[in-house]
Amino acid sequence: MPGEPHLARQIALIAGRSVSRTFRQPELIIPVILFPLILLAVNAAGLSSVTQLPGFPTDRYINFAIVVCFIQGALFASITAGTELASDIQKGFLDRLALTPARRWAVLVGATFGGTSVAIVGTVIYLAIGLIFGVTISTGIPGAVLLVALSIYVALAFAGIGSWLAVRTGSPAAVQGMFPLIFVLFFLSTMNLPAEFIEKDWFRTIAQINPISFLIDGMRSLIITGWDLGELLPCIGVATAMIVLFYGLAARAMRQRVQRT
Amino acid sequence: MSGSTAQVARAVLRRTTIHTYKNPAIIVPALAFPLVFLVAFAGGLSAVSSVPGFDFAAGYTAFQFVFVFLQMSAFGGIFSGYRLAEDFESGFARRLMVAAPQRLGLIIGYTLAGLVRFALIGVILWVLALATGMQVLGGVLDVLGIVALGALVSAACALWSIGLALRYRTVDIGSFMQTPIFVLLFIAPVYVPLVLLSGWIHSAASINPFTLLLDAARGFITGEPVKVIAAFAAALGILALMWVWATSQLRRAERAVG
Amino acid sequence: MGAEGIRVEGLEREFKGGIRAVDGIDLEVAPGEIYGFLGPNGAGKSTTVLMLVTLLPPTGGRATVAGFDVVKQGPQVRRMIGAALQEAALDDFLTGWEHMDLQGGLHGLSRKESRARGGELLERVGLVDAADRKVGGYSGGMKRRLDLALALIHRPRVLFLDEPTTGLDPQSRSALWGEVERLAREEGVTVFLTTQYLEEADVLAGRVGIIDRGRIVAEGTPSALKAEIGRVSLEAIPSRSEDRERLRAALAPFGKPAAHSPRGEAVRLSGGAEQLADVVRALDAARIEVAELQLHQPSLDDVFLEKTGRSLEGSDDSDAEAPEPAAA
Ligand SMILES: Nc1ncnc2c1ncn2[C@@H]1O[C@H](COP(=O)(O)OP(=O)(O)OP(=O)(O)O)[C@@H](O)[C@H]1O
Ligand SMILES: [Mg+2]
Repeated sequence: MPGEPHLARQIALIAGRSVSRTFRQPELIIPVILFPLILLAVNAAGLSSVTQLPGFPTDRYINFAIVVCFIQGALFASITAGTELASDIQKGFLDRLALTPARRWAVLVGATFGGTSVAIVGTVIYLAIGLIFGVTISTGIPGAVLLVALSIYVALAFAGIGSWLAVRTGSPAAVQGMFPLIFVLFFLSTMNLPAEFIEKDWFRTIAQINPISFLIDGMRSLIITGWDLGELLPCIGVATAMIVLFYGLAARAMRQRVQRT
Repeated sequence: MSGSTAQVARAVLRRTTIHTYKNPAIIVPALAFPLVFLVAFAGGLSAVSSVPGFDFAAGYTAFQFVFVFLQMSAFGGIFSGYRLAEDFESGFARRLMVAAPQRLGLIIGYTLAGLVRFALIGVILWVLALATGMQVLGGVLDVLGIVALGALVSAACALWSIGLALRYRTVDIGSFMQTPIFVLLFIAPVYVPLVLLSGWIHSAASINPFTLLLDAARGFITGEPVKVIAAFAAALGILALMWVWATSQLRRAERAVG
Repeated sequence: MGAEGIRVEGLEREFKGGIRAVDGIDLEVAPGEIYGFLGPNGAGKSTTVLMLVTLLPPTGGRATVAGFDVVKQGPQVRRMIGAALQEAALDDFLTGWEHMDLQGGLHGLSRKESRARGGELLERVGLVDAADRKVGGYSGGMKRRLDLALALIHRPRVLFLDEPTTGLDPQSRSALWGEVERLAREEGVTVFLTTQYLEEADVLAGRVGIIDRGRIVAEGTPSALKAEIGRVSLEAIPSRSEDRERLRAALAPFGKPAAHSPRGEAVRLSGGAEQLADVVRALDAARIEVAELQLHQPSLDDVFLEKTGRSLEGSDDSDAEAPEPAAA
């Protein structure tokens, strides 16, 4: 009688399935990748005049705006991940996996991997397009590599939110319905202007404590300011905290959902 | 309009209105999005009005409010097509197609449902904006002008999405209803007036009819109307075009039902 | 009872809101036996299966599968069992082979073993040609067969099948029966199979348990159960449907109503088959023209009717496409 396969193999198998199935649904991934680019095009062009404000950190708005793509891609990818996991629950595929020796963790991480991999593809595309349209990365190639790595890390963190909502609700529609809330957080951040340039006090206060601002500012510093641990560490810290918190919550919800003995 | 067209339209309208009345929660995202945009754009980006050359008498909040209001109008209309697609999936619309001799009532009913929603959210949006201190330099007639433009946008978008719903009959088409409208709305002087745009977006925004509507509506709110006739002509023209689109899709659907 | 059977004692499951889906059932299945678990919609069949395959903790009682306790020894139980649950949860975007590789891999088979075993199983369920196609394009029968093959990849000793033939056409159904029977006979696999179809339990199962509203109302071999009812029933179909009322009245003196007859009336003959001549005379006297007159050996449906007072086939929400019970 065969036994339990190694944890890494379990994750690889479940992740492989999730990736195949996601990339076989182009209608799922094309909007995810395209939408942030459209928004970048529109915002970078529409807001380019703000670089004329005295003291604006860069004279090319696209340098400032490109990071928003990364975060947005991560956010959309996590919606995909959450929706996919929720539909696995709804359709009973999770029960199929639960009947094998696979660990809950392997299922949780593996099943969201399709969504995360969309974010990875997105990151590379955004960066390439950004470079073509004149983004200059002040930290050079090592910075660009770290940027991609951070972007994937952030995508994993957002996927944690998606998995938690998926396992909690078990309904793809409910997962999609919750995400506008995260969008709100997104808009109340430093995505369009640096905190010092936000005039309304209440808005600036929210933007300054908004975790998403930390993610944006950290990644942005690699492009605009150069190596700045004061920006990078909070960014990594927030992403790590999100991963711990949301995967923890997801794992707990999973224990309640799959009552496997 | 024959009696039965009106009857069908009324039945559809009643059904969607009752649905909204019984599930008030479904209105929340529709209201939340424009509010978030208003807060994020008007509140977050107010520094933009200090950009050299920016000149708008009613202030940045009013400048952005007009955009958010028209955007809400557009998406309120798209809701009609989404409901129709949903009703196709549940079988309700198919039954209507089979039962109703005057199927134009279907188009009219769903369009009116979008307008009801537009009116509901529009009122809330105006009240909130005025309550939080937005300046309106124009008079009652000017405000009515903005609202009329919004209603036309809403109806045109409703017809656009209804046409798509009639053609594809699945809610999966939802993002296809929204994306072109979304792009059209944003390839316009959203954050700054047209003169401050440069490059490709300046060229694109210059030929985008939505720019015309936006400029006219912003003119109304400052009490100095501009391009009024051109804007209404454009809005009515688009509405007529969308009517042709929706009815052609209806005829196509009728052939399928028989 | 041997190590590879099933033993259930006082098993209970109460859902939120006080619904006792399974209300204290006892049963034993011997190794290599096919046990048919028969009941109408909502009887508690799936809930029982979920508890036995360790996916749902019982709220009372105990159960062992292949000698392992379903609550305390979940992992050991899962290693010994295969299950095809009620909705064959397959991924529409993966091919048959990809399902095999995933399932085999998670059960700890190497890729080579998984390929070999998978090929053998796909062959056996007749899906070799379709195995490279995405499951989204499979028919209902193909999905069921793939689900069965997947459940077998790790050579389980106990197999759970929850309504494996619901919605299948007669050919697919008998093909699946053939495979299940072969598994039990040649490989000694213990099979626990739920069904709403009397015919299925009758053909396949060595023993049958009838569950109704969470309780087992009858258990035994199909023939023992029928013998317990013992009496043949008579079904008459009138030439003119208006005569059904009068026909029922005319038949009433001969015995209690039997399992329902779609176009006529049926009674269980209290005096056995010898009464046939009397029945004919009575119908003649009442001037009821009869198109068909048949004697039926007692069926499981009769057993169900006898034990619960309700007919299985006629129960309000039972599947409309249920096959006719076999007239043995
Ligand atoms: N998760 C649950 N929560 C609450 N009630 C449930 C749950 N699952 C099942 N039930 C209830 O338990 C009862 C038995 O359900 P079960 O699914 O076991 O029936 P079944 O015999 O498999 O029926 P079917 O032939 O329709 O599959 C039903 O009344 C059902 O509504
Ligand atoms: Mg069931």
